[in-house]
Amino acid sequence: MQPMTRFIALVLIVAPLALLRPLEAGAVTIEKVESPGGITAWLVEDHSVPVVSTSIAFRGGAALDPDDKAGLAEFTADLLDEGAGELDSTAYQSKLEDLAASLDFNVDQDNISARLRTLSANLAPTYDLLHLALTEPRFDAAPVARLRAELLDAIKRDLHQPEALAYRLWMKSSFAGSPYARSTRGTAQSIAAITPDDMRGLVHARFAKDALVIGVVGDITPAALKPLLDKTFGGLPEHAAPDPLGNIAVDRSNAVIVSDLPVPQSVVVFGQQGIKRDDPDWYAALIVLNILSSGGLTSRVALEVREQRGLAYSVSASLDPLQHAGLILGHVASRNARVAQAIDLIREEWRRMHDSGPTAKELVAAKTYLTGSFPLNLDSTSRIASILVSMQLDHLGIDYLTRRSALIDKVSLADAKRVARRLLDPDGLFFVVVGSPANLSDARRVAPGG
Amino acid sequence: MNALCRAALGLLLLALAGAGPARAELFEAHEFKLANGLTAVVIPNHRAPIVTQMVWYKVGAADEPLGKSGIAHFLEHLMFRGTKSVPPGAFSRIVAENGGRDNAFTTHDYTAFFQQVAADRLELVMKLESDRMANLQITDKVVTPEREVILEERRQRIDNNPAALFDEQLDTALFLHHPYRIPTIGWESEMHGLTTADARAFYRRWYAPNNAILVVAGDVTTQQVKALAEKYYGDIPARAVPARHRVAEPPKVAAARLSMKSPRVSEVSWTQEFLAPSYRAGDKQYAYALEVLAEVLGGSADSPLYKGLVVDHPLALSAGAFYDPNVYDLATFGFSARLKNGVAVADFETAFDAIIKHALEGGISNEAVERAKKRMVSAAAFARDSLSGPARIVGAALATGRSLDDVENWPERIGAVTLDQVLAAAHLVIHDDIAVTGVLMPGPTS
Repeated sequence: MQPMTRFIALVLIVAPLALLRPLEAGAVTIEKVESPGGITAWLVEDHSVPVVSTSIAFRGGAALDPDDKAGLAEFTADLLDEGAGELDSTAYQSKLEDLAASLDFNVDQDNISARLRTLSANLAPTYDLLHLALTEPRFDAAPVARLRAELLDAIKRDLHQPEALAYRLWMKSSFAGSPYARSTRGTAQSIAAITPDDMRGLVHARFAKDALVIGVVGDITPAALKPLLDKTFGGLPEHAAPDPLGNIAVDRSNAVIVSDLPVPQSVVVFGQQGIKRDDPDWYAALIVLNILSSGGLTSRVALEVREQRGLAYSVSASLDPLQHAGLILGHVASRNARVAQAIDLIREEWRRMHDSGPTAKELVAAKTYLTGSFPLNLDSTSRIASILVSMQLDHLGIDYLTRRSALIDKVSLADAKRVARRLLDPDGLFFVVVGSPANLSDARRVAPGG
Repeated sequence: MNALCRAALGLLLLALAGAGPARAELFEAHEFKLANGLTAVVIPNHRAPIVTQMVWYKVGAADEPLGKSGIAHFLEHLMFRGTKSVPPGAFSRIVAENGGRDNAFTTHDYTAFFQQVAADRLELVMKLESDRMANLQITDKVVTPEREVILEERRQRIDNNPAALFDEQLDTALFLHHPYRIPTIGWESEMHGLTTADARAFYRRWYAPNNAILVVAGDVTTQQVKALAEKYYGDIPARAVPARHRVAEPPKVAAARLSMKSPRVSEVSWTQEFLAPSYRAGDKQYAYALEVLAEVLGGSADSPLYKGLVVDHPLALSAGAFYDPNVYDLATFGFSARLKNGVAVADFETAFDAIIKHALEGGISNEAVERAKKRMVSAAAFARDSLSGPARIVGAALATGRSLDDVENWPERIGAVTLDQVLAAAHLVIHDDIAVTGVLMPGPTS
């Protein structure tokens, strides 16, 4: 019995910091902990619950996979908790379960990350398991075969899902010739080509100290954490293989393309070139996008498309910074007969914001929201741990949370208008429609695979 | 991206399913009642200067008049569309302008509204929430576009998704008569016909303080909440609210088998479902044992279903058991699997039946039961590691006829389950001759 909710913020992209709100100074104290062996972690002590959450990330994700082995990072990450050291898959997983621990590996284009949550009493043996996964994964034939079948299934499933299809087509069309054009899952062909030796090579090349960031939150002291850091990460190689990727541009297109799929509702992914996280206009852009198309129901786009006309249940767009490229990505889904109208309205709002920027009143409201709602993210140890890792990946500085309100507040109306004009590109907004849309007969038709 | 959406829903369902309720005394929850019948629960948590306010109405899709499917959920949407003093659209705008977030959800059994805000904005959201408990204005002007929104929601969640469409049909086979057979979002044909008058009638009938539960979690004290609740909710008069009389489910005497082909499905999805007691209905003394049973059969790496069907003799990509007793009437106990490419359904079922037969005839060890219980009780600690999680667990329990004590005692009750009880519960529920089996497979539609 799945609950029906009033809206889902269909966030296409994992961009935690784009969603972060500044923190009142002092609400959370972040401490930099350095172990005797030189491993650094950011720690937030919180002894209110006997739980410790740990997030780690290695810089370098699926975008670094070789072309003919696309999906290698994801396939490897899937296998890290499927047997390591002396423990085969079942033994490893049973040990995690008996420690009431959860360990998840995740791969995106830019990073390979892990989230570990356990009772504080079980922290040391749980870290031992993480250590084994990072240093001695087994890649036994049976789990490799099982996970290969799962990954191939997921790839096939994506070809039937309008959301996944639209997103893939958007990325493929906008990043032609670059690694960002590929799915992090690779293709049936590339997955078939990957061997356990490839996986061992990835572990060796990428899981290194200079690529690693760590966030720890919960019921642990710095003194207790330090030896665990050395034991868990001290044995990793010093240096990761270099990241050869430079800046990656987004191909500009004002097209609407359609991939036919017999579904009653057309699913649309749209977007354009954005800015990267270190762009000096980041905060002004965050404000402009919040006003134009935030995930809630109060944005200009949501008012026009959903509240006034009932053309969609969810519609939103936001900044999606990748390591090597900036994006603005959005999503809308409307019944086939009306989707063309939704697209027109989005373009119209895009142009209106580009031409005139926000109003003074909208600016104030967006700032209050973006600054005032930050503490809502401090809901659990695991969420705070993810924040600590994102802050490090984005080089934001350990005092970032105390500075963020000021960074947002100092954006002037003139700044916001200038950035709306600089950033928003109504004639370069690219729409991918998957469905059986009416009134889009001029649009180019593409096969699902592109 | 779909995975994100699913993950979020999964977490929500986990919380709602009572998968990890911790001890209420550890939540330090306090319950009180206003003179008008409003039940209130406060769950102090001082980790951060934030609060969650939730208001739960003890009414859901299973309480709808026949022919008006979707009206409970439609009304949930319309609750954001204006009162005498807060114009349409202003509710969420005011919350956002105060640095808050808000949303709402509807199930067969309850309708809940919530805001997350800085602790010093609690009074504001209590004022807003209490206002719409009594003063909602439902007009054609807001009903017409909002009806299009819920139809788009149905297309997005159900009609565009073969698995969701198939689940909808399976529910009608499992529940022969009880309204759990009707989808919460509504049947499309009936959704088109939902009117302003329908929404007003449903609101007047069910939305009253004596049919509501206020849950406030976060950086507050019970005294603060009590004073604010009196101030904002206390003046709303109690009204006669009908008893929740749902039609009874007749005994099931036949097995059912549903199959569906879709060109948008790549592998076979297989499910088997049984009617089961819930915490509140049926042979409810078995509810805790059934939770342990689901965990024993499919909840771990060495469980018979996962190890047998996915690891040792891989016929499936995934396999497990599910059970959610946190419902007002009868619950569903079930199994699901995603078959490997090329595996015949009959071969899978032979293997599956053998595993269940073996498990029920002595194959479950005492040790497996103890390990499952330990995992479940340990996980309860994680429920406390969140602000909104405990509020959802407590609200869902109270809205489905359970007490704060029930939530408080969940770890003890799980801890007390024995192997014999697990087997008795299994034999009570799992019977081939009344199973509802669903097979969703690739293929052209007719």
